[in-house]
Parts: sequence; C-alpha cells; structure tokens
Amino acid sequence: MPLAVELAGVAFGYRPGQRVLENISLRIAEGEFVAVAGPNGGGKTTLLRIVLGLERPSEGRAGLFGEPAHSFSRRRTLGYLAQRTELGGDAPATVREVVAAGRLAAGGLVGPMRRRDRELVSEAIDRVGLADNADAQVRTLSGGMQQRAFIAKALAGEPSLLVLDEPTTGVDAESQESLAALLDRVHSELGVTILYVSHEFGAVERFVQRLVLVRRTIIFDGVPQELPGVWHDPSHVHA
Amino acid sequence: MLEPEFMRLALGAGAVVGVLAPAVGFFLVQRGQSLIGDGIGHVAFAGVAAGILLDVAPVLTALVAAVLGGVAVELLRSRGGTAGDQALALVFYTGLALGVVFVSAAGALNANLFQYLFGSILTVTRSDLLLIAALGAVGLATVALLYRPLAAVVIDEEGARVAGVPIGLLNVTLAALVAVTVALSMRVVGILLVAALMVLPVSAASRVAWSMRSALVLSTVIGLASALAGLTVSYYLDLPPGGTIVLVAAGAYLACILVGALRGR
Repeated sequence: MPLAVELAGVAFGYRPGQRVLENISLRIAEGEFVAVAGPNGGGKTTLLRIVLGLERPSEGRAGLFGEPAHSFSRRRTLGYLAQRTELGGDAPATVREVVAAGRLAAGGLVGPMRRRDRELVSEAIDRVGLADNADAQVRTLSGGMQQRAFIAKALAGEPSLLVLDEPTTGVDAESQESLAALLDRVHSELGVTILYVSHEFGAVERFVQRLVLVRRTIIFDGVPQELPGVWHDPSHVHA
Repeated sequence: MLEPEFMRLALGAGAVVGVLAPAVGFFLVQRGQSLIGDGIGHVAFAGVAAGILLDVAPVLTALVAAVLGGVAVELLRSRGGTAGDQALALVFYTGLALGVVFVSAAGALNANLFQYLFGSILTVTRSDLLLIAALGAVGLATVALLYRPLAAVVIDEEGARVAGVPIGLLNVTLAALVAVTVALSMRVVGILLVAALMVLPVSAASRVAWSMRSALVLSTVIGLASALAGLTVSYYLDLPPGGTIVLVAAGAYLACILVGALRGR
C-alpha cells in the first residue's frame, strides 16, 4: 500500500537545543484510520504540523504521498480540522458558507462557485447529517454540530488525507461518540486516510486501526487491543 | 440642501466611503482585527505631515504611507515572529511619532492639518470626487472578486493555509485595501475617526444578519445610510460632518443591538 505519511528519524525544537520531538519514525499507509494520542504538551500538535508541512523538522525528513511535506504539490487534497479555538466560530457564517470555504482550494479562488462545487458542498453537508441546518448560523449550533460543520468543510475538498486536531474538545460525551461513528463511516465509505490527534482517544478506540502514543517520542504504536490496560482512557468504557 | 455644489460633492464622496469602508472593514472585524484601521490612520497621519513638509499633495503621501504601514504590519506579524498587537503598536506609534516630528518641522500645526485630522468633506472638489470614486470602485471590485478567499480566511485561516490558499498574499492585499480606504476616508471623517466607519456598521450588521454574505451587504447599507444621514443632519443643525456621520453609525449600532435582543439572539 502506498504511504500517505512518512516521518523518518524526525526531531524538532522551536529553538536551538530544545527537543519537543525526537526520534519519530511513523509510516501511515493510504486508507488507514490512525489515532495519535498523548498528554497535553507531549508534542502531538507539533507532530501534526510537521506532517502537514507547516513546520520543517530539525532532523530527519517528513513526507506526504511520496513528496517532501513542506513542498507538497497537492495541498488541495489535504483536509484539516484545526482546534475549535482557532476557528472563526463567532462570524455570522451559515453551515453552507463554512462548508463552501472548504471547496475554495479545489474549486478555484476567484469568482463565483461552479455548479459542481455547490453540489459537492451539499453532499458534504448531507454526509455529516446537517442538511436540515444548512442555512443556520454555525455560532447558533451546539459544539458537536459545529464540529460536524467543520468536518463537512474538510470533506468538501474531497481530501485524500483528513487530519483532525483535538476534535472532541468542548464536545459532550454523546456528541463525541457520534463524531467517532461519523468518522468511521467517512473512512469506510470514502476510503480517506484519517489522522485523528487528541489527548483522549476513548471515543475512537473502537474504530481506529492503529493507535500511536506520543510523549516527545513514540511510546506505543499498534492496534488498540495491544495497549497495556493501565494506559486505556478511563473516560470512555465500551461494552 | 442639494442646491450648493459643495453639498452634492460631499454627498458623493460620503456615499463612496460609506460603502467602501465597511466592505473592507468587514474582514478585519470578523477576524478580531478591528483596530488595524485605526492604526493605519496613525501611519497616514505621518504621510499627511510629510506631504505638508515636502509640499506634495497630502492625500497622495498619506496613501503611500498607509499602504507601506499596512503591509509592514502584516509582514511583521506573519514573518517577523512579532505578536499581532505588538506589530501593530510598533508601526502605529512610529507613524504617529514621525507625524509629530514632520508637523513640527513644517511648522504646520494649523487648520490645514486639522482638516485631515477631523475631516473636511465640505471642501471636496470635483477632481477629489473623481479620485475617490475611481479608487473606491477599484476597492469594491477587489472585495467582490476576492470575497470567497477572504471569507475562507475569516472562517478558518489555518485550514485554508493547509489546503494551499495563498494566505500571505491575501493578507497583504487586504492590508493594502485597508490603507487605500483610510486614505480616501480621511477627507470624509478625518484620520481620528477613520476606523469608525470600518468597524461600527459591520458590528451593527453582525447583530442582525442571518449569514456572512448578508452581514457584508447590510454593513455597506448601514455605512451608506450613516454617511448620507450624518451629512444631512450636519447640514441642517450646523454640526461637524465627520463626527456627525460617526455618531449616526454609533446610533445604528445601538439600534441593531436592540433589534438583535428583541429577536432573542
């Protein structure tokens, strides 16, 4: 299977002598659903930024679909859900306007949207179950529904790789479960590679094929069932 | 009121600025950067003072200074590793200090300077109006053309950056648009109040809008109405036009808060 993400011997520090990450080697095949978890301050978001080519490693190399991550030529195929605090949730944008923003890079920057782009926006809204709220302002929706709107935004670009940074922050337990089920459906129906980064992985533990625990370096990489019992996330107990 | 030519010219200039200022300010307000217009006004002050000192048309030197200041803020913020508010403070205070030094050197602490600080819409000439209309049309066309990418940056800047949208270029373009708007609005409401027309109509519209696009359109309607109503009130009550326009816009903001509250927002 071709690789979507490849990190080889990656180390990173924001200033000389600092090591936020070290000796990170990670290969994610196309079509995999992988959770990257670890404590706050453990380097997860930095790892994610290196994967997306937003930061260049101090040592080692980072690749996306066979190209160097920092100069990846098909950026429009990357879907990214930033942490909620970084999203413009207070703007008066409707769900449809938010999702349409996700079609920008793929559909052309200037001028009005084409019919095909509008159809893809509607499809993405349907897929996350927000068809009845398409014209509602995102700021009036619950945290869970807002996250769905931004996932639809990422899907509208028809991504090959979907990266989510702490998608469950500020979302109640029930919405976390339905978010995880939504991602599972997206993964199986669209075959998109998903990288789910969070300090808690309980919600997606049932669905992911691999779990990677990061605390400055990778301390576990395997199927969730192999995870030592004491490391399981106590906030979620599944039957 | 339409009999004297100066009023017709003033209404024309007020109408252009009333539409352009909120159309450009919209993207600043929605990104939590409302004070950038105010700061670029400070830099424009240095430009005006330089123009007086060098005996060049102050509007032109203000335009150049404002564009340079706006782009400098954006570059310092995005590439210089300086926090946004500190980049803003650095450029603004430097601009203000330069203005004070230039004004002093030119011995120009007089009515000529005050017309830029407080506006002088009643002295707009036909050629001024042509320049304001031409630059205003270019500004509005740019906003219309770039509406989708500018809106995408408001909604999710990092997501747009990851997807390869040229964020840096868009931000610099927006900074240049803000600078042009500041330079044009200077004659209408003055440097000290220039940001008010970029912010108040947008804040008002956001209270009652039902979508982002409707908020943009409503902002320009409120801006236009404030400019025309403010000029009318100032004409009949013999009040300073710049301040009156901004007070009308502030009144519109309060009215929209009330409407929003009544609608249960």
